[in-house]
Amino acid sequence: MRHARVERWSRGHSVIHRRHAAAKILATVVLLVCIATLTEHTLPTGAVYLVILVISAVAARLPVLAVLSGASAVLPFALCFALVSLLAGDPMQATMLVIRGYLSALAVLLLISTTAMPDLIAGLEWLRAPAFLLQVMQFLYRYLIVLIGEADAMRQASLSRAGSIRTLQCRQAAAAAGVLFVRSWARAQAIHRAMVSRGFEGRIPAFRRMEFKFADVVFVSLATVAITGLRAAL
Amino acid sequence: MSLIVEVKNLSYTYEDGTQALKGVDFDLEDRATVALLGANGSGKTTFVHHLNGILQGSGSVVIDGLPVTEKNLREIRKRVGLVFQDSDNQLFMPSVIEDVAFGPLASGMPQAESLERAKQALDRVGLQGKAYKSPWHLSAGEKKRAAIAGILATDAKLLVLDEPTSFLDPPGQRALGELLAGLPHAKILVTHDTGFARILTDDAVFFENGTIVARSPLAAIVQRFAW
Repeated sequence: MRHARVERWSRGHSVIHRRHAAAKILATVVLLVCIATLTEHTLPTGAVYLVILVISAVAARLPVLAVLSGASAVLPFALCFALVSLLAGDPMQATMLVIRGYLSALAVLLLISTTAMPDLIAGLEWLRAPAFLLQVMQFLYRYLIVLIGEADAMRQASLSRAGSIRTLQCRQAAAAAGVLFVRSWARAQAIHRAMVSRGFEGRIPAFRRMEFKFADVVFVSLATVAITGLRAAL
Repeated sequence: MSLIVEVKNLSYTYEDGTQALKGVDFDLEDRATVALLGANGSGKTTFVHHLNGILQGSGSVVIDGLPVTEKNLREIRKRVGLVFQDSDNQLFMPSVIEDVAFGPLASGMPQAESLERAKQALDRVGLQGKAYKSPWHLSAGEKKRAAIAGILATDAKLLVLDEPTSFLDPPGQRALGELLAGLPHAKILVTHDTGFARILTDDAVFFENGTIVARSPLAAIVQRFAW
């Protein structure tokens, strides 16, 4: 399963993995803001950001090509909006949309590939993110895995009988999507019951309690100075 | 010996109007084991879901002297460990050890102690080598053992196992039987597998249409209901 790959990466051991989740979130937010404000005149900054992200992936001992290709999952969506800009006669805006979209996806993928989900939630909690938002995030994450699992099971069942899911007609595909959501809902209910029966009271406890160390302060400071400095200078 | 479970006149109706339990009376002594038998839809699973407050019907349910009420739910859930039929529903954390440590951590136990308990529980079920694996990479038997380890890591006094042998091959069933027979906890087995139940107990209850219609030695139940 594809989600298991990012999950596995997030449990690696590297200097980036060891940083406090809150430090990585702060650095990522600074980078995302700078990426969002990139213009056609600051394209070299975008190129340097790409280099920084690749170096970070190497430092985190992640497979760089797999990370780069994973971030391209955002391109179909970015290209849709880029097409609108292109049709409106603004090719540079279209290009910038794709560049910003890809760099942002790469930054976020790097964050979740170096931070286990419970640590990420703990980091957001440390940053005083609303508890309700965190709860929604936890369930969204867990149930996304449920949805993928159910979709996989239905795909296999379909393949074993139809030979190819491409032979599904539009009506059958729509019905299958409906069944997928009903099955996922039923499984999600069962998981929630299991969680409640084991003491879940709205918060998944973090397995490791990380301390915000001096090294994390240095990491955030350096990242912020480097990212904003580059944005201002180039 | 004291009673670990005391249920009196328990009734429950689902939102769609299905009356799943009709005035059930039941008790179980501490460290004793009983098998719940009965057809699909006879109320067995609904009944056990009342034992740690997942469902709450009318009547009274007392666990280890503590009534199952909103106020006591946290304590009740520490004492009753439910092992669900489908382990995939139960194992929801990214690694086996995190899943096993979930119960202790959720009950407020310090992290170091929770981790130690999780390791000990994995040792008891023979999964010490799989601690840092993803639960979805385990075999069906290993998943069941991991789910049981998640309960052993807590202070549960009562183990409730819903169809524990489903998805298991015969060697897996035998291994699970040996594991459970070695545990000192009181146990309630919801099962269709009378051969497996026989490994663990001679005491059986038969459910029919939401009520307990018989409680007697397993062999007598099997004979009377042609089970």
